[in-house]
Amino acid sequence: MSRATLLSLGGLALLAVVPAVVSNPYVLHMLILCLLWTVLGQSWNLLGGYTGQVSFGHAAFFGIGAYTTGILVKTGMSPAAAWWGLLLGGLAAAAASAVIGWICFRLRGPYFALSVLALAEVLRLIALNWKQLTNGAEGILFIPAFNSKSWYYWIVLALAAVSMALIRFVMHGKLGFYFLAIREDQDCAESLGINATKYKLISLLLSAFFTGVAGSFYMNYMGFIDPGIVFSIHDISVMMILVTMLGGVATTWGPAVGAAIYILMSEVFRTYLKSGHLVFFGLLIIVIIIFFPQGIVGTLRETLQRRKRRLAAPPAGGPLKEAA
Amino acid sequence: MELLAQVLISGILLGGLYALIGLGMSLIMGVMKIINLAHGELMMVGMYITFWAFTIGKIDPYVSLLIVIPALFVLGAMLQKWLIAPVMEAESILPENQVLLTVGIGLVLSNLALLAFTADYRSVPVSYASKTIYWDVKMAGQTISLSFSFPMLVAFAIALALGGALFLFLGYTDLGRMIRATAQDARAASLMGVNTKRITYITFGLGSALVGAAGALLAPVYYLFPQIGGPFTLKAFIITVLGGLGNVAGAVLGGVVLGLAESLGSVYVSLGYKDAFGFIIFVLVLIFLPKGLLGKGRA
Repeated sequence: MSRATLLSLGGLALLAVVPAVVSNPYVLHMLILCLLWTVLGQSWNLLGGYTGQVSFGHAAFFGIGAYTTGILVKTGMSPAAAWWGLLLGGLAAAAASAVIGWICFRLRGPYFALSVLALAEVLRLIALNWKQLTNGAEGILFIPAFNSKSWYYWIVLALAAVSMALIRFVMHGKLGFYFLAIREDQDCAESLGINATKYKLISLLLSAFFTGVAGSFYMNYMGFIDPGIVFSIHDISVMMILVTMLGGVATTWGPAVGAAIYILMSEVFRTYLKSGHLVFFGLLIIVIIIFFPQGIVGTLRETLQRRKRRLAAPPAGGPLKEAA
Repeated sequence: MELLAQVLISGILLGGLYALIGLGMSLIMGVMKIINLAHGELMMVGMYITFWAFTIGKIDPYVSLLIVIPALFVLGAMLQKWLIAPVMEAESILPENQVLLTVGIGLVLSNLALLAFTADYRSVPVSYASKTIYWDVKMAGQTISLSFSFPMLVAFAIALALGGALFLFLGYTDLGRMIRATAQDARAASLMGVNTKRITYITFGLGSALVGAAGALLAPVYYLFPQIGGPFTLKAFIITVLGGLGNVAGAVLGGVVLGLAESLGSVYVSLGYKDAFGFIIFVLVLIFLPKGLLGKGRA
């Protein structure tokens, strides 16, 4: 095992014992949200960051996951059985993504990004109007299965670890290189025999699956959803992009770093700025894009690489005999 | 029969306004190849200017066009010059950075409005807000009385006039030719001596002015609140895709198609799903006519 893997496993073990030490439910709640947003950022990053297919409507998949669980519970299954919804929610989201991907991936440019956005809006309208199935604007309410937050913490920690490891594994294999090739130059990738539509679809399926699972988890944890929350463009779709961009697009740790900063900042903004907090989020997006287009992890990595290169290079005009 | 005719009329009148919203986005998309997701928020700014001009200065919404158009032009040009243009030059992994930037701009605009004006729904209570004009038509031996909403009729006429002015401007003036040249091939245009940077400022300004004007025209018939922009951004995008990206004549057609789809759908299918019809048409066009309804240009 490499040093990085050992370090990650050590970190995971450390994170796993947190509920034994921290009993403050507020702190645990914050940590759960951080991990949930890590999963969401990872999913978006796989499709948007690594494969280059930006989506403005991942709330569609989040909402499908959440409503799958919600409807399962509403139709009479006990809340505990709703844990199946985690898997079912992911599968339902992946199925929906297959349809939209099949339609849109034959086209290039902004079509996909905005078709998904349109999908999220249509789903929101359906959830709002199909009252027999979704309770409409009232939303679905149930009592969460566990009283203690620790269980939710462990489940979402496992989700975050699995999604991160799987995406890392994918990105270090053949599939990952296909994704990168498509992002960098689709024509070139296709001329080398990569079926771009197929691999974009695979990336989308994985991404939508994890987003759907995260949505199901959200429903189980919160015990309440309504169409305006889970299909929200600003609160889900845009924030998934923001989390990824803040941390670093197309980096392994970017979404996790972005999620932590996002949750912290939104708490601080909400507490001290009250209703003005979204103005600062908007300003934050603008500042990040202008000054840190590679995100925090990306900028850090660039700086480190530059320094390494400078240290490795011989001083200008110095003797080169030994090196030669 | 009477209902159908009435629905068609209101759909077409609404479509004229939608066309104006779509024109602005189509222009920006044609020249700069970016989607402006702050488009609806710019319309919201136009609506608030109209509202305050009416509330404080007792200025009629149609007169306030004279304030809204220059104000939004300057706002759009400044956004392009100081925020979007620098990002278009910076290198990054995702070319969609500029689009995300417009999301940020939209968030700032709508939430500043929220802070300044609260989330209250407001309206511009002009005396003619619910005035209607009746027109009796003899059809198949029966007399049908058709009604036209006066503010919608005026809005439609002004929207058509503005669209026509834009058409003439783009077609027959040097500046218009420069904008079209930049849209076709920015590099070639700059080799021919066009200051393409300045053209992008002007284009963004024009696009903002058009959508701001739509906001002013909408103010007498619609209520306004800070978050009103979002759905209109989506509508503008649907219109632009329907008409073909960057196609000015197509945007007008797209606007009318969307207006008709919404009014037909809300009467004959369900009011709750009114906004869904636009998306359904959008997806159908994407599948079957990816070049837009007029089919010009490449997809």
